[in-house]
Amino acid sequence: MAEKEMRQVYTETLIELAEKDPNIVVLEADLMKSTGTASFAKKFPDRFFDVGVAEANMVGIASGLSAVGKIPFAATFACFATRRAHDQFFISANYAKLNVKLIGADPGVTAAFNGGTHMPFEDIALTRVIPDLIVFEPSDPVSLKKLLIKSAYHKGCTYMRLHRKATNTIYNETEEFEFGKGKILTKGNDAVVFALGVVCVNEALKAAQILSNEGINITVVDMISVKPIDKELIISLAQNSKVTLTFENHQVINGLGSAVCEVLSENYPKKIIRLGVQDLFGEVGTLDYLKNRYGITAENLIKNIKNALEK
Amino acid sequence: MEAQTLLKLKNQAKEIRKLIISMIGNLGVGHIGGSLSIVEILTILYYKYLNVDPKNPDKMDRDRFVLSKGHAGPALYATLASKGFFPIEWLNTLNQGGTRLPSHCDRTKTPGVDMTAGSLGQGFSAAVGMALGCRLDKLNNHIYCIIGDGESNEGQIWEAAMAASQFKLSNIIAFTDYNKMQIDGYLHVIMNIEDITSKWLSFGWYVQRVNGHDLEQLDFAINRALNEKCRPSMIICDTIKGKGFYPGEGKVESHNMTFDKNMAAEAIEKLEKENDL
Repeated sequence: MAEKEMRQVYTETLIELAEKDPNIVVLEADLMKSTGTASFAKKFPDRFFDVGVAEANMVGIASGLSAVGKIPFAATFACFATRRAHDQFFISANYAKLNVKLIGADPGVTAAFNGGTHMPFEDIALTRVIPDLIVFEPSDPVSLKKLLIKSAYHKGCTYMRLHRKATNTIYNETEEFEFGKGKILTKGNDAVVFALGVVCVNEALKAAQILSNEGINITVVDMISVKPIDKELIISLAQNSKVTLTFENHQVINGLGSAVCEVLSENYPKKIIRLGVQDLFGEVGTLDYLKNRYGITAENLIKNIKNALEK
Repeated sequence: MEAQTLLKLKNQAKEIRKLIISMIGNLGVGHIGGSLSIVEILTILYYKYLNVDPKNPDKMDRDRFVLSKGHAGPALYATLASKGFFPIEWLNTLNQGGTRLPSHCDRTKTPGVDMTAGSLGQGFSAAVGMALGCRLDKLNNHIYCIIGDGESNEGQIWEAAMAASQFKLSNIIAFTDYNKMQIDGYLHVIMNIEDITSKWLSFGWYVQRVNGHDLEQLDFAINRALNEKCRPSMIICDTIKGKGFYPGEGKVESHNMTFDKNMAAEAIEKLEKENDL
């Protein structure tokens, strides 16, 4: 399938939404060129606010806009969105029960050349503890567009991880999505992999292909959201799979791995293998280097599945 | 201002002061100092300027009020109750489990409270967002906001100040409650905010400085701020922490003070004997 820049999809969808709903507004903190919203700014100059390099203020202003009925989409790098502006998002947006859509760009290793300071391995951890918040990560251009629209019409705050760069299309244009409803992409009883986001879903699909050639069949699930989490799907697939794994471009601490463990330990206790960043800080490098560095690769997934099956 | 209006406002301010003292005395502890220092500002706003309707607290075209120094909630609750936003009896539920009047303002709990505040600096950014949103909707209203002097230590205040100026939000009228004290001591000892007038001027705001307990000065300043069409307005109010509560007046300790009903009654009695605050 043709590749499309995710940030282009992000901005096109916002423009589409804004054409229908005058309450849609967009905020940036000096990163409109990175997140791609410059074209929104050109089309709707009155509904676009660049607050400069002031992420906490951006989230506060977004909350105020929401308090007078606007639907603000505020974007910055995921590290700043969730680390620097955490208290503002927590209190002014969520505790105040407003309607702020926070976007964290460049999740996990995709921060690549910006390095450790810009590499959010804990943005899901920081957001999923916020009551009622929806935390999600689209895995391709179709899910990005559909989920962004869902987010706009959800009454309440959401946090979305945005992979900015081009990625292949996984879903048909007709596919529909719900928060808290995972998508089964491949089927097989040898293992189930609960994956999240562009990097991990694609690596998991690659692993499934390689393994199937060797007669090992695995189920790959695109979890879509960590909060709410698809409990029923997790329980039923864990029951029917020899090996259960989680796979995330994030710390295994309080990310998808923790969320899946919480569900299973309460409902169907079994051994879980959590793949992702193992309590480490980020560092600089190419995307391929970083994927290898933190074990977020099809190869590492295959190795872990085979090891577990041999035991 | 006509003498009769002034007298009415002065009496109203005294009533609000009494409600605050009795509300906190009833509970036994609370943010009395910073509540009493903003009584005149709240009085003139709610009794002269704000376009708000206690029977329809959510009407879209109303003026908005953000108490960014959210710990002064008791002052706002006393004012809102006196205006009829909710029954005056609610004041005795302050900070009790299940109350609609929590120590720090909460927009989801109290009729007439437009924004949740308490984590200092945040209400001010929200006021900037409200001003942007109301201007977008072409509402002919104003966003009023009170920030604290201690709160002005927060970097977020200055981020929001820069943004309001950049976006030319002349629909914001803000007040600094400059009582010169923060929790740990005097501002000039802990974290000085001087030269505060120059700071706001240099951030591009229309700045006025008044005695924050003088209703005529406040009236004059708000009037001028309403006529300012290019810049956001900051009215720096020189105030006295704990004003009108003699055991705490002018004392750093008044920030969050313990006192009982008897002391409250005594203070109210003394207050009533004063002819002019």
